[in-house]
Amino acid sequence: MKIDDNNEACRSGEENPGRRRFLARLGVAVGSLIAIMAGLPVIGYILLPVSRKMHRQWVSVGPADRFTVGDTVLVSFENPSARPWTGVSGKTGAWVRRVGDGNFIAFVLNCSHLGCPVRWEASPKLFICPCHGSVYYEDGTVAAGPAPFSLQRFRVRVRSGQVELESRPLPFTETTT
Amino acid sequence: MQWLDDRTGLVKLIKSIADHPAAPGVKWKYVFGSAVLTAFLMQVVTGIGLLTTYVPSSGGAYESLQYITDKAPLGAFLRGMHYWGASMMVVLLIIHFLRVFLMGSFKFPRELNWITGVLLMATTLVTAFCGQIVRWDQDAVFGLVVASKMAAHVPLIGTWLAHFIIGGGVVGSYTLSRIFDMHVIVLPTLLASLIGLHVYLVLRNGVSEPPVPGRGVDPATYRSDYHDMLRKEGVPFWPTVVLRDFVFATGVVLVVLLLAWLVGARELGHPPDPSLINAHPRPDWYFWWLFAVLALLPHALENFFMIALPLLIGLVLLSVPLVSNRGERHPARRPLAVAVVVFIFSGIVALTVAGWHENWSPRVNASPLTADIIGASSGPVYEGAMVFNNMGCLFCHTIEGHGGKRGPNLTWIADRLTRDQLTLRIMNGAYNMPVFGRILSTAETENLLDFLSTRKKFGFETGKQQSVVRPSGPLTHAALHASEELAIINSAHP
Repeated sequence: MKIDDNNEACRSGEENPGRRRFLARLGVAVGSLIAIMAGLPVIGYILLPVSRKMHRQWVSVGPADRFTVGDTVLVSFENPSARPWTGVSGKTGAWVRRVGDGNFIAFVLNCSHLGCPVRWEASPKLFICPCHGSVYYEDGTVAAGPAPFSLQRFRVRVRSGQVELESRPLPFTETTT
Repeated sequence: MQWLDDRTGLVKLIKSIADHPAAPGVKWKYVFGSAVLTAFLMQVVTGIGLLTTYVPSSGGAYESLQYITDKAPLGAFLRGMHYWGASMMVVLLIIHFLRVFLMGSFKFPRELNWITGVLLMATTLVTAFCGQIVRWDQDAVFGLVVASKMAAHVPLIGTWLAHFIIGGGVVGSYTLSRIFDMHVIVLPTLLASLIGLHVYLVLRNGVSEPPVPGRGVDPATYRSDYHDMLRKEGVPFWPTVVLRDFVFATGVVLVVLLLAWLVGARELGHPPDPSLINAHPRPDWYFWWLFAVLALLPHALENFFMIALPLLIGLVLLSVPLVSNRGERHPARRPLAVAVVVFIFSGIVALTVAGWHENWSPRVNASPLTADIIGASSGPVYEGAMVFNNMGCLFCHTIEGHGGKRGPNLTWIADRLTRDQLTLRIMNGAYNMPVFGRILSTAETENLLDFLSTRKKFGFETGKQQSVVRPSGPLTHAALHASEELAIINSAHP
């Protein structure tokens, strides 16, 4: 199509308001189409990795014989989702207790209230959250405070003498819990 | 000049803005808006400076912050300016906001001035919060965990939203970069656009004239009255009005420089390692009131307070000029408006003070009771005090200045409770106290009771060796019996 500024039709806006309106709407539509075409890949780039489920993987936290029966100790491991630039932020902690010979329990650090890291107090055998004072008994059930449910656990297994935890997302980012 | 104006038209535009008449009587109360702009520009400039050394990666940010703080020439000063600039911007925004509300400046025809202002306030607060996260230390990591946990309370999309904020299931690889993106690109661009719109509206609708009691706003006649008044009594925008803005803005910058120099930025905390447990996330001071609300709210109403209330506040603020865009502007004629401001403002001040004290947090590092306070160095009273020290009682209860403030102060507890009553409380716990009947041995409980029974203002004096009269038998039968009954009730109503 030839575009000519002197085209009679172009100057006839006043006589032909319907055409004007149509072209204005077309302009908006084409503009929106351009924005969507350019914007969709960007939105996809930002959103797609987020909607993907976290890859769970077994991670070793040390030889089983380093854990004393009855003791609750803090372990930390590199999360499998860490990248070369993640640094110490890629670490995850857990409270691990050896309850029997080959029997281990591992608690998620994050309080079920707002996610602050809970501390283990060995004498009263309580987990205490320093933020809003939630307290959990040694089995992770709620003892006091605003915590709505028990401390979440990691799955634990012992493979060739190594205690292994199954990495997991933060409890509140999971749809399954 | 003529050439420039011929090609751009800007010279005439700027001149017409400078020369336009403004309402008379616009004195020092009107300087805060431009001061917010000054603070924003200062944030942009100091931010650009910090960006030349800051590394926006989860693994590199902390070291680069350490470098900026400890080694880079002027680094600590620049961080201080950016930190205090943010505080200053929030404070000035609040003052500006109060001024506009109290003087009824949001009424016709300035409804959209107000609405863009509310959006600016919200965007500023989010930007400030992201700035606290970009200071990527351990408190930032857990601060973000707390924020995303709150976002997870949103119905339907909460989990997804939490996932989106963190950038995955755990804090780590993608977390910092997205918050950084928000803090330095997305939100500042939005802020700049909103500021542009806001300033345009201010120029279009004119600065509101100081309110006069009895002279209300009538949309039918306001504009012509306003323009008549400007023609008759208007003062030139430049220099009469702008000069005050410049003087005040200079003061603002000087105060920020002074604070950056004398006080400096908030200290960098522990490394951003989510597996460390000594975190105690605490926002910067202008969020303490919110921090206090989260701690003190009734926990059954968390969804309401975390999600519905902020939305409600936002909607109420946005609709203020739509609901009331005419009538009296002077605060003396709007007692309800003034009462609302006084009520909310004193509430925020009280909550900020509460946020500073943070009494709801157990003191996990409380210093133990000394022999001097205990009044014994051996025997059941001493042993009982050791139970108090070691079993976590001290985290929440104060005795003579030692310990936390989450639970009641037990300094003179024996004046208030009998031994049986103490037994009941210890054995059964409460909403905010574990059931210590599960935790303490009978001997430990007896010793603890012996110790607590000495906490009397009248009768015993602390600081002396004391002998204790113990009731016969281990834990009196009545108390034990009652505690069993309570335990049954508790288990029936978990």
